[in-house]
Amino acid sequence: MTALAALIRRDIRIALRVGGGALIGVLFFLTVTVLMPFAIGPDLALLTRLGPAILWLGALLASLLTLDRLFTADHEDGSLDLIVMGRAPLELACAAKALAHWLAAGLPLIAATPVLGLMLNLDATATSAVALTLLVGTPALTFTGMIGAALAVTLHRGGLLLAVLVLPLSIPVLIFGVAASQAAITGPLSFGTPFSILCAISLVSFVIGPFAAAASLRHGLD
Amino acid sequence: MRLSGRQIDCIRGGRGVFSGLDFEASSGEVLAVVGPNGSGKTSLLRLIAGLLVPAGGSVDLEGGEAELTLPEQSHYLGHRDALKPALSVHENLAFWRDFLGGAAGDLSQCLKAVGLTHATRLPAAYLSAGQRRRLSIARLLAVRRPVWLLDEPTSALDTAGQDLFTGIMRDHLASGGIIIAATHAPLGIDARELRMGTSA
Repeated sequence: MTALAALIRRDIRIALRVGGGALIGVLFFLTVTVLMPFAIGPDLALLTRLGPAILWLGALLASLLTLDRLFTADHEDGSLDLIVMGRAPLELACAAKALAHWLAAGLPLIAATPVLGLMLNLDATATSAVALTLLVGTPALTFTGMIGAALAVTLHRGGLLLAVLVLPLSIPVLIFGVAASQAAITGPLSFGTPFSILCAISLVSFVIGPFAAAASLRHGLD
Repeated sequence: MRLSGRQIDCIRGGRGVFSGLDFEASSGEVLAVVGPNGSGKTSLLRLIAGLLVPAGGSVDLEGGEAELTLPEQSHYLGHRDALKPALSVHENLAFWRDFLGGAAGDLSQCLKAVGLTHATRLPAAYLSAGQRRRLSIARLLAVRRPVWLLDEPTSALDTAGQDLFTGIMRDHLASGGIIIAATHAPLGIDARELRMGTSA
């Protein structure tokens, strides 16, 4: 357990230091969300209606932005070799890395949501509904995105390939995340139904993500 | 303890690197892997470290801990130093000690052994190539592993550093360790030689 705790501590520490990327994600989220009212125009009713979708898209793109460094940084400096050789199972090490990434890059997005909700004319209920769905949904984005990040390492192609691989996988999360937020704001669906499915998607991704990423890393190291 | 490879074939990128390779090293022995560039020295080390899968043959460690695999009992010192520029010298070493399962304790001894005591709080980004190498070597001391797989261990080290490292290797051998080193420069220790393919 010390090994995994050490890995989580290290990754968070690196993410929070200069050039680490935790802050970049939040700034990107802020920029995307602030641009939307300019693009759509000062139609408050429309902004309210689109608000949850805008926040979700912003969070999705922001978490994707920092995800490609999840394994490539360790691959480039040789750390990944030692992590693969270590006594901690690679699946757990992958899960620990994803958890650290979410704590450093995902949580700040959720913390920023209330502020950004104001810009999109969302009331308190709507904002808390979006924040709650993001809290449950963004881990799924990280854990499924991790599969793409592992593949990007082994195929020696970063960034763009990752986006192409990961975005289709995130469609279910997006659908149910936005559906749950809309249900809380306008109805007629109950909030619980799409929200439970969103929770289920997250739980499934916790199981599949680490195993798929570890398998990809094991076969692809060269 | 005895590390041996039998009839190992290695294929990378569809090209045969070497085939039918046998080697053997016992406790207290150094196996120096020599050969021209591209003859497969690094591939052999990565294969022993479990980072490459052999196309044929097998590598076995007799007399090690039965519950651990060979890679789990090995240190791999590759071309890349596995250091994070954002972390300090001490933080880098402390991470690898914790992750690789070393005994919690004072790291200053390890840093002193490689001559880095003055740079403990310095971010690794500011280290020179030789200092980075010294910090990687400190990792071998912070966590005890019987098998050391060293790829050009003395590259970037100055003369004093090379002497220092020779001493470190002697201590490891004296405590019953095994060293397999791919090298062009002499290690300063009597070593059995494994000559890799001349065809490359």
